[in-house]
Amino acid sequence: MAVIWRIVKMAFTRKWHMLAAYVAMFGAAAAYLFLPHYFGRAIDEVKTLVEGGAFPLQSMLFIVGIIIGLSIIRGVLSYFQTFLGEAVSQYVSYDIRNRVYDHVQHLSFGFHDKNHTGHLMSRAITDVENIRMFVNMGIIRTPYFALLIVVVSIILVRMDWQLGLVAISFMPPVILVSGIIRLKLRRAWLKIQDMMAELNTVLQENLTGQRVVKAFASEDFENQKYNEKSMEVSEAFIAAEKLRISNTSFTLFSFQIALALILLFGGWRVITSDLTIGQLAAFVFYMQILAMPVRMSGMIVNSYARAASGGQRLFEIMDTQSEVPENPNARELARVKGNVRFENVSFSYEPDKPVLRGIDLDIEQGKVVALLGAPGSGKSTIAHLLPRFYEVDDGRITIDGIDIRDVSLKSLRQNIGMVQQDVFLFGAGLRENIAYGREDAPMDDVLRAARVAQLHDFISALDDAYNTEVGERGVTLSGGQRQRMSIARAVLLDPPILILDDSTSSVDAHTEDQIRLAMEEVMRGRTTLIIAHRLSTVHRADEIVVLDRGEIAERGTHAELLALRGKYHEIYELQLRPQEEVMRDIDVSETAFAIGEGAVGERAVEEGAVR
Amino acid sequence: MMMGGAFSGRSSGRPEPDGETFGRIYDKRVITRILPYMRPYRRLAAFAFIAMLVYTGSQVAIPYLIKLGIDGYVENGNMRGLLTVFGLFVGTAVAGLAANYLQQMFMARVGLGMLYDLRRAMFAHLQRLSLSYYDKTEVGRIMSRVQGDVWQLQELMSVVIMTTADLLSLGGIIVALLIMNFKLGMITLVVLPILGLTMGIWQPFAVRAFLRVRTAISIVNGALNENITGVRVVQALNRQKRNLELFDEKNTEHLKANLWAGKLSATLLPAVDILTALAIVLAVFFGSRMVAGNELQIGVLVAFIMYIQRFFDPIRNLTMQYTQLQRSMASGARIFELLDVEPDLVDNPNASRLPQLKGDVVLKDLSFSYAASQEIVRLDREAPVTNGASGGAAMPDVLRHLELHINPGETVAVVGPTGAGKTTLVSLISRFYDVPREKGAILVDGYDIRDVTRSSLAGQMSMVLQEPFLFSGTVRENIKYNHPWASDERMIEAAKAVGAHDIIMGLDAGYDTYLAERGINLSLGQRQLLSFARAIVADPRILILDEATANIDSYTEMLIQRALQRLLRGRTAIVIAHRLSTIRGADKIVVLNQGEIVEVGDHASLMARDGLYAHLYQMNYASMEEAEE
Repeated sequence: MAVIWRIVKMAFTRKWHMLAAYVAMFGAAAAYLFLPHYFGRAIDEVKTLVEGGAFPLQSMLFIVGIIIGLSIIRGVLSYFQTFLGEAVSQYVSYDIRNRVYDHVQHLSFGFHDKNHTGHLMSRAITDVENIRMFVNMGIIRTPYFALLIVVVSIILVRMDWQLGLVAISFMPPVILVSGIIRLKLRRAWLKIQDMMAELNTVLQENLTGQRVVKAFASEDFENQKYNEKSMEVSEAFIAAEKLRISNTSFTLFSFQIALALILLFGGWRVITSDLTIGQLAAFVFYMQILAMPVRMSGMIVNSYARAASGGQRLFEIMDTQSEVPENPNARELARVKGNVRFENVSFSYEPDKPVLRGIDLDIEQGKVVALLGAPGSGKSTIAHLLPRFYEVDDGRITIDGIDIRDVSLKSLRQNIGMVQQDVFLFGAGLRENIAYGREDAPMDDVLRAARVAQLHDFISALDDAYNTEVGERGVTLSGGQRQRMSIARAVLLDPPILILDDSTSSVDAHTEDQIRLAMEEVMRGRTTLIIAHRLSTVHRADEIVVLDRGEIAERGTHAELLALRGKYHEIYELQLRPQEEVMRDIDVSETAFAIGEGAVGERAVEEGAVR
Repeated sequence: MMMGGAFSGRSSGRPEPDGETFGRIYDKRVITRILPYMRPYRRLAAFAFIAMLVYTGSQVAIPYLIKLGIDGYVENGNMRGLLTVFGLFVGTAVAGLAANYLQQMFMARVGLGMLYDLRRAMFAHLQRLSLSYYDKTEVGRIMSRVQGDVWQLQELMSVVIMTTADLLSLGGIIVALLIMNFKLGMITLVVLPILGLTMGIWQPFAVRAFLRVRTAISIVNGALNENITGVRVVQALNRQKRNLELFDEKNTEHLKANLWAGKLSATLLPAVDILTALAIVLAVFFGSRMVAGNELQIGVLVAFIMYIQRFFDPIRNLTMQYTQLQRSMASGARIFELLDVEPDLVDNPNASRLPQLKGDVVLKDLSFSYAASQEIVRLDREAPVTNGASGGAAMPDVLRHLELHINPGETVAVVGPTGAGKTTLVSLISRFYDVPREKGAILVDGYDIRDVTRSSLAGQMSMVLQEPFLFSGTVRENIKYNHPWASDERMIEAAKAVGAHDIIMGLDAGYDTYLAERGINLSLGQRQLLSFARAIVADPRILILDEATANIDSYTEMLIQRALQRLLRGRTAIVIAHRLSTIRGADKIVVLNQGEIVEVGDHASLMARDGLYAHLYQMNYASMEEAEE
């Protein structure tokens, strides 16, 4: 109920539109309600004609004129009513879309970890649409229908109370039955939605796991699995349809029985002559007016139910507070020197499952620290805490001695550049993508950034060079290229602090080399935190920090740590120096002359085809 | 109305290509392709149509019954006759109730049956497509075809049903009017041409307006989707404010498009209301003169008014369906586009079934290139390759003239730098791609793999991927994948063999533990062990393994090493090897470089040969020594 009330309040922010819509609605309803009366009078005039009177030209013209006049008024007013109703609903959905968009883009990483894009999208598409339909259907049209039903009922009962009661007798059973069915229908719909979700999971896994399907030749098995689920969905649909159809059929039937009863009793009353034929006809015409609200009642209840559940889900998102709130007294952080300190930092994504415990780090301006450890040891978490994508549970992080919670998010993040392995590219040109964080950057700066990131040669060889579209509708970049796009973005921002993920999807030696070059270039003169996966970067670090289950296990230089023969040594054996790496080194040094353009091309093809 | 309503928005979440079908409300190609899906249900559809006729008949009959009651009996004071009419009326209502229920239920069954078949056909077709299709098509796109577009067709069906019913009742009303009184009927129907004219003027505007709405909403949803997907970048680069501005522009355009479309839709209302009034006035005015001339009874006039009031309902409904029709036609076109993708790897018509294999594998002068016809938009190539003049030029060979013989039961390690063609080689042996006849052959136990059915080949072969892929479902379902009939003993034996049994028993519900989202609740190493167990249950003669490298803790690493030995025992195994232990233990080591086999032999013989392998090995070893100092 609170949800519905909130939607109503939203609609009333357009109060002049709403007022106008209601005025038009009352006018249209009034005009509409007078019509049957004049149809009835016309019939009575004709009746006198039958009884031998002269043709009552004048009164007929009068009636005809009124019918036309009322219809024009009704038509014009329903134009305004319909249009204004639609307009209010569109304004409301416009507002909600803007608010959802802005709210979601400010929510912390923690929120986005838990909510899949697909889930958020369906909230933003389906639920907003459900709310919109309710604004039109529930807030504007429902009063109209309610008005029609109430006024027609009153008119009928006042015209003749006995016949009137007969006429409206069908309403209680219809309301009762459709109430019961609606409840069942809601459950049926929830079931369908669950089953659809299962069916889609089967489909999605089948598509992403095609290599497995092909490797096991399990096409028939998969077909059967999918068809079974699909059949369940179909049956659930049939069940829901059965409910819906029973309801609409019953409603129509009840209405028709009421009409039959009017004919019977009304006819009897005419015969016993205390009712005119015209009045009987008017009764029938008024009943026709009721037919529409009766038919629509199902849809109204439906739209109410959908808005209630959709609104609840949507408002849940809109009411979510960011886990990383902006400090109300936040000050702006100017360009920092880049002394970063983690003091006894602890963090957990879920309560009681600590991911980081008592982390102390001290990175001096311009130094490079490499974080190393198994997946889940907390490397990326440390990197994500510094720009406050998540909030520390305990301890504090300072930059140049200032607690990062005391400065505005924007000014903090402006000081930190992130280079990620597989970075998101937006559906825009390459230039816009490089300059994504600094839209006003002059072309010269963009070019320089692309050069530093070893992308310039590649980009300028494209037909549209820097205007080439990427993203969903544009061309696809390889993993290595995306990583370098991320480097270019960071270079353009020129941040004093850099966070770098050096892992690469498998790429050929040439690309590998380019990435290495680009990374070294971008690290120059910046305080750098590297999530390290490769030997070359580890070698280069001023300090190596080895993490194990959220704690710092070892720290020191490469030589010191190897000598320890502990965790680092183990990782070094297993991870940093696998055969692959050595093979690649050989390949570069021994056969470098053989890697012409053609050879690189082939590799890339294989890499792509395999991915 | 209700059918699929909750899903209708979903497919509009993605930008749509401005194809030919975009914006049409009737597309012959789509319709002719859908109709065959109705064939299995034609009897049900016929029943539905009959029920629909009965229902429409009952609806049209009711005003006539009222007329009959008034004219025949109320006017004459014939109570008994009135009772008869009442009885008829109730009978008609009951018949209408039954027919209404049945026509809708039949129609729902026909529609859902067709959609079921269509979904099944799409899914089966997707299974037939080779990996080269999946290499170049995003999963998300296929998903939205099978989900969103099929739902759009469901909506189309309810629109078609509703429209058919509307048209039938419109026809019924016209017939009833003309039967009751031909002259008055003709006079009243004068409004029809006026209506037709109005609609004719209105329609082109409406088509464009609704198209604009649809384009706008897909842009809005696309922008939202992009912002959510890229939210981490957005926050890292502080783009929120600017992005909201850009979004607001798109959102405003959507609002404007909707306001214009709303205005257009509303315009029809006064027209319809006034035409209704006009028709009634014509009926009353001329009708009353005819009553005076004893040409007409009063009840007919009442019935006329009732009919005319219902006259325009179908037209009102129809105009509401414009957007839906456009949307459905575009969806239909996309669905059939998917169904028309030719599988490029089909069994030879004379393909035989492979007998039980020993596991002998021979590569004969094998070369391979990924066909240019695959039209992969790929910028991985550092310098974009312009594919010859006529566009048909082949890509360079990824594998060149490979000759190799693998004996049954041998373990062969394939080593070489990334891009050497290792993965391509094992993909070809699994027949994920077909090798053209002129480019050599792969023989298994002497059979050319192109001459046998793929299922009989793949049934005796198994591939364990570097990144293990599990399905949502229980541990049991995953280990018994594609072998649901396998006994529990066999499953447990397999799990024990690879050292996964204890891990599985440690889970909440043992083998019945549900693995959500592809085993996200297991570690990478544990998932790898499950995929090994799966391979053992499948008991392949030939096993292909892309050996997992890093990112596994040392305990699991040890388990995996042990499991590997058990897994390889007694089978022909081809391993893309990363670990020294695997390489040293292999019967044969194949060193690939730039698509060619440069050396073959066991560890000792290759070391003795002092070639690339020996060099690699020594250097590797040397660096280790050096580092440890």
